[in-house]
Amino acid sequence: MAAEKGMNITLKVWRQKNGQSKGALETYQINDVSPDSSFLEMMDALNDQIIMKDGSPVVFDHDCREGICGSCSMYINGQPHGPARLVTTCQLHMREFKDGETIYVEPFRAKAFPVIKDLVVDRSALDRIQHAGGYISVNTSGNTQDANAIPIEKEKADKAFDAATCIGCGACVAACKNASASLFMSAKISQYALLPQGQVEAKNRVLAMVKQAEEEGFGPCSNTGACEIECPKGISLENIARMNREYLSASLTSK
Amino acid sequence: MKLDSKIPEGPLKDKWTNYKNNIRLVNPANKRNIDVIVVGTGLAGGSAAATLAELGYNVKAFCYQDSPRRAHSIAAQGGINAAKNYQGDGDSTYRLFYDTIKGGDYRSREANVYRLAEVSANIIDQCVAQGVPFARDYGGLLDNRSFGGVLVSRTFYAKGQTGQQLLLGAYSAMNRQIAKGKIEMFNRHEMLDVVIVDGKARGIIARNLVTGEIERHSAHAVVIGSGGYGNVFFLSTNAMGSNVTASWKIHKRGALFANPCYTQIHPTCVPVHGTQQSKLTLMSESLRNDGRIWVPKKIEDAKAIREGKLRARDIKEEDRDYYLERRYPSFGNLVPRDVASRAAKERCDAGYGVVNNDTNEGVFLDFASAIQRYGKQEALLKGIHNPSKEEVESLGKKVVESKYGNLFDMYKQITAENPYETPMKIYPAVHYTMGGVWVDYNLMTTVPGLYAIGEANFSDHGANRLGASALMQGLADGYFVLPYTIGDYLADDIRTGKISTDLPEFKEAEDSVKSMIDTFINNKGKHSVDYFHKKLGLIMWNKVGMSRTASGLKEAIEEIKVLREQFWKEVKVPGTADEMNPELEKATRVADFLELGELFARDALEREESCGGHFREEHRTEDGEAKRDDENFAYVAAWEYTGQPSEAILHKEELKFENVELKTRSYK
Ligand SMILES: Cc1cc2nc3c(=O)[nH]c(=O)nc-3n(C[C@H](O)[C@H](O)[C@H](O)COP(=O)(O)OP(=O)(O)OC[C@H]3O[C@@H](n4cnc5c(N)ncnc54)[C@H](O)[C@@H]3O)c2cc1C
Ligand code: SF4
Ligand code: FES
Repeated sequence: MAAEKGMNITLKVWRQKNGQSKGALETYQINDVSPDSSFLEMMDALNDQIIMKDGSPVVFDHDCREGICGSCSMYINGQPHGPARLVTTCQLHMREFKDGETIYVEPFRAKAFPVIKDLVVDRSALDRIQHAGGYISVNTSGNTQDANAIPIEKEKADKAFDAATCIGCGACVAACKNASASLFMSAKISQYALLPQGQVEAKNRVLAMVKQAEEEGFGPCSNTGACEIECPKGISLENIARMNREYLSASLTSK
Repeated sequence: MKLDSKIPEGPLKDKWTNYKNNIRLVNPANKRNIDVIVVGTGLAGGSAAATLAELGYNVKAFCYQDSPRRAHSIAAQGGINAAKNYQGDGDSTYRLFYDTIKGGDYRSREANVYRLAEVSANIIDQCVAQGVPFARDYGGLLDNRSFGGVLVSRTFYAKGQTGQQLLLGAYSAMNRQIAKGKIEMFNRHEMLDVVIVDGKARGIIARNLVTGEIERHSAHAVVIGSGGYGNVFFLSTNAMGSNVTASWKIHKRGALFANPCYTQIHPTCVPVHGTQQSKLTLMSESLRNDGRIWVPKKIEDAKAIREGKLRARDIKEEDRDYYLERRYPSFGNLVPRDVASRAAKERCDAGYGVVNNDTNEGVFLDFASAIQRYGKQEALLKGIHNPSKEEVESLGKKVVESKYGNLFDMYKQITAENPYETPMKIYPAVHYTMGGVWVDYNLMTTVPGLYAIGEANFSDHGANRLGASALMQGLADGYFVLPYTIGDYLADDIRTGKISTDLPEFKEAEDSVKSMIDTFINNKGKHSVDYFHKKLGLIMWNKVGMSRTASGLKEAIEEIKVLREQFWKEVKVPGTADEMNPELEKATRVADFLELGELFARDALEREESCGGHFREEHRTEDGEAKRDDENFAYVAAWEYTGQPSEAILHKEELKFENVELKTRSYK
């Protein structure tokens, strides 16, 4: 893993002072980047360079840097989380790029994700969808039945798990031409729909979450499948189909 | 100051029950008049906020990320322990208690640890009821795996994403309360001070990280669940923003800080690749269930591997040194973390490291035997007689993939090497801090009304934490312990009424935060914050890391002092105070790390013994194992702030062991 010869990269980075101001792309040159560095380590190096020249460093969201917290966002060369499949921006490594390449870096764009600064957007709308129904109403008092009282078919449990691995990054929204949050929402709805614990509130849940998503300004799903391609966790379109079934049956039976 | 741990009377196994039965309660109508601030939304803070809100208190919760779901707990991989004995392998509350005390090298409090073991089973029930999708077997029941330092299978898991699933469970419980208006959530807010009125914690000062506004928030009690301080080493497996600020600020306002030097260096992390590196990545301990750790027996082979002239597969079986299996035959690759880490360092220091970085730091973690073993098993199950070598390998790889797929992918992404074909390279890295804010049995600090939970406190893991026990502790504190104990304190506050944020104490704290921020913005120095953080990290890693000496620690204390002075003179923070400004956030955090680091080294210097993660070269047995000194050091070192970190006053809480016999920890 020794560092090979460093790469020289040209960056076109979206700079925007705040939500009110207009933004624009700015060009930066950064040299001697190790191909073993992560994309965000390259951005760190860029910021170091900017700070030393008394400029204002590029602001971006990040925290875990191992693909699980869902903080990092940004379009890289027009794709949410960049060119590699099934990885987040923070897991992307410079070896994916060519020496001398020009890379475009921009914030996620969606009506429901207003820009806060540079590459940082406000994704709290996703939280509000969860407030609307992303939970099972059980008290946290500890007076519950034994965990093994209800066996759950392994296949279903595994599917529920796969859906539950959504990291709430919003790439699906950013990838969608309608800025729909369907993949994100369907992941939570599927997780609970597949488990016996989630059945009781299933109907209200799907209705409430879908309604909230509309109010937040997320668009409708027109099944282009762009979300699935860009989702770093491989959340499957199957979940949207399940959500639609749940929604249909809930709307038919609700008064 | 006299330390009172408030451990209830009575036999160990009845303490918690008796205590709960006699505790004062706040009636539901009165709870509506009581506000509680919870700083942190990880497993500890998130579960506490949800439960307190559900009980009826008005909760204000804070996190620095843009959503509570992103707290660092999300990154925990391997699993969570609970004494369910579902596997029928002889597990029990007592055994989990005993393993934790022993694993912690007899430096934790019996009563707290027993309570933890006692409530552990409930956690699993709770989480399953919340819809946490734990791994299950084909019969539909919950599956378990083993973690280091124990001989039973009691770890519940959700592939390599256990922390994520548990945190999303707590987050969902929070969402339910946010929807009801019982939790007011403050995302992108950082607590920068605590406000103490008449000796009681009554609020915090927080910075809105979007607007830069400095805000006052009041409450009847303040709970700190802000996580650990491993980032004092700069490179660690912690999230980039993990920090000590909340804990350190309360320390400076009177809360004692306990055992700062107890740090866990995790044996299986991806080795350092170069100077641009920003953090280290853990490869879960669960991999040691199936991976075998080795280095070449011959020093020239190790050299050839580093130079790229030989590959791991070229080394013949008899030329490999499975050093953990050799040194610790009964636990083998599953020795506790501190033991495994030191053994890796020992081999690399002796020249057998296999990674070509500055320090040759790295050893192999090899799955070839597991792939063979599982492959043969699968072939049998599938009724394939005389399977070919390729068939066995392909079947075996599938099993390994189903168990560790996401970890293998992660490794490949970072290193561009395929761990199904060639062994992983791993090396120890800073991972967890057992030390933290001193708390009594109620989880209250030495400041009335101020609590610390989760990794932020020091309470349950002694000098070394066993794998899969942090998640257990975080949720135990938040779901099951704090919600009881805090009632006892708040029972006095039912008539207090709202706490005003106009009190002079709020102004004083706010002014001090503002003046710190102004200093940074106006400093116009010549080095970035990271420049200082990296320097601090190097001092810590080289002199206060895996093995420590008196002379090294003394040097570290002096070097950190000098670095801190330089930091305040020369740090450069661009931008302004009234905007989103991550460099400013980093500066406020590093300022605190630069103080903590010094106390950390002082604590390590004072502790003239080796125990758990704290290894003093002066105190080891002939075969290089840690040598504890129970006669003189069976105490918690709780430090009182007086102005200069290294002039802190040491208070000792003697540890009494009434239920276990102190033994030399042996995993041989
Ligand atoms: C990579 C990795 C893997 C791990 N795997 C396991 C495992 O398999 N099993 C296990 O038991 N343990 C594991 N651990 C340890 C475990 O994850 C942590 O100890 C535990 O999650 C800590 O939880 P917490 O709630 O105390 O704090 P955290 O989850 O760290 O949460 C801290 C919270 O405090 C907030 N915060 C911090 N400072 C401030 C401030 N100043 N103002 C406002 N908010 C603030 C943050 O925003 C966050 O919400 C692992 C740790 C790591 C790093
Ligand atoms: S569904 Fe995928 S892309 Fe969408 S928020 Fe979840 S993890 Fe991100
Ligand atoms: S920083 Fe956490 S997912 Fe990228």
